[in-house]
Amino acid sequence: MNDALIRSLTPGVLGVLVRRGADFAAAEDAVQDALVEAVRVWSADPPRDPKGWLVTVAWRRFLDGTRADAARRRREDLVEEEPPPGPTSAVDDTLQLYFLCAHPSLTPSSAVALTLRAVGGLTTRQIAQAYLVPEATMAQRISRAKRTVSGVRFDQPGDVATVLRVLYLVFNEGYSGDVDLAAEAIRLTRQLTAAIDHPEVAGLLALMLLHHARRAARGAADGSLVPLAEQDRGRWDTGLIAEGVQILQAALARDRLGEFQAQAAIAALHADAPTADETDWVQIVEWYDELARLTDSPIVRLNRAVAVGEADGPRAGLAALAALDDALPRYTAVAAYLHERDGSVVTAARLYAEAARKAANLAERDHLTRQAGRLNALRR
Amino acid sequence: MAKYLLLKHYRGAPSAVNDVPMDQWTPQEISAHIAYMNDFAARLEQTGEFVDGQALAPDGVFVRYDGEGRPPVTDGPFAETKDLIAGWMVIDVDSYERAVELAGELSAAPGKDGKPIHEWLELRPFLTEPPTITE
Repeated sequence: MNDALIRSLTPGVLGVLVRRGADFAAAEDAVQDALVEAVRVWSADPPRDPKGWLVTVAWRRFLDGTRADAARRRREDLVEEEPPPGPTSAVDDTLQLYFLCAHPSLTPSSAVALTLRAVGGLTTRQIAQAYLVPEATMAQRISRAKRTVSGVRFDQPGDVATVLRVLYLVFNEGYSGDVDLAAEAIRLTRQLTAAIDHPEVAGLLALMLLHHARRAARGAADGSLVPLAEQDRGRWDTGLIAEGVQILQAALARDRLGEFQAQAAIAALHADAPTADETDWVQIVEWYDELARLTDSPIVRLNRAVAVGEADGPRAGLAALAALDDALPRYTAVAAYLHERDGSVVTAARLYAEAARKAANLAERDHLTRQAGRLNALRR
Repeated sequence: MAKYLLLKHYRGAPSAVNDVPMDQWTPQEISAHIAYMNDFAARLEQTGEFVDGQALAPDGVFVRYDGEGRPPVTDGPFAETKDLIAGWMVIDVDSYERAVELAGELSAAPGKDGKPIHEWLELRPFLTEPPTITE
């Protein structure tokens, strides 16, 4: 049994402990201990009932952990209440755990850390390494997050939208560490689709799969960024694309459109084009119109301007751009691209250089600097 | 979730409000200042926002490659160098506003007469990893 499979049992086991009356924070620590133990002993001696094994070990750890006098009195009560060993409860608390870990009282970074640990079963060290912070810092972030949600009733219904925002963050702002956060986000979103039937959960999963499918083509051997139009489409993962499209179609058929379904539809149209030139930009613009209606986000309008530039020509794209705030992230990069398409090489080169100075990440800055250098070389 | 560098300058930043060199402070004032800095870092660790903090000696040299088979050339220190870094702190916070708030707190570290230095700290965002979804 591999690590991800063991970790997939995390929310179920934690749910059983909390249902039995353990407080969330202590139960979560106990489940972590049980996971570490499982990784250590299961390879030699796999249990017949993995979840039952984890519940038993985690429960014992939880009881060991409550040593103070007052706690011991409470523990004795709990021991008496402990159900006999055997099949574990059929109640699935997975969804409740997602809600709790994405509770609106948490900051985004706390919700992300707590979700990865309490739902994902990752260790504090792995999460710290993934986000490039010291382990002590991440440990504090997680324990503060637990304190923040300690008063939240476990069976209180939550908001799926907050959970989706957390999972989107894990996928999209993942750092490159020891843990593959994109794959972890997909695993957690897939697990969520099993716990709740909701078209936007499906939409987010489809969106992730369609972008993950391009991963191998997105970076060159030297680590530089390869833009969508220049990617080797033969390296896209057709299995992931097919799965993403199928999930998206089933979600769209339910006629409850949301932003993740619309974003996934745009990704699916890109995935559907055998070459960049064959991209159906007219339909992509229509999806951006839907997305703008759903989110009213200026970033969406910026991306729409790019699509308009492809569908109706660079002049139309520049006209769409003119209506937007030039302080938007990537505004200058988009302007540079559209001016280049329009044949204004000098303006485009200047804008690419300016966009590079404004870039928020290194790979993008390097890419934009290369674009400026390429155009400047053309002029010599 | 964004990392910022708080840079403290020996030289190169605009003048602080309480701008008295540290060697003019009493030992108690120096201890109070150091305690404030340590407490600040410890508090950030408690909030899960601390990444790193280091102080730098003011003396440094410039070094450059001098060709195949030759030892690197060193030069300086240059007394006229305009910008001199004294140290840094790296924080990992949820927003730019939070980064500004923390830089403001750090700038309130006590100096001469136990009063806040109101020192100018430079706040610089880290370049991040590229996001996956850009279209």
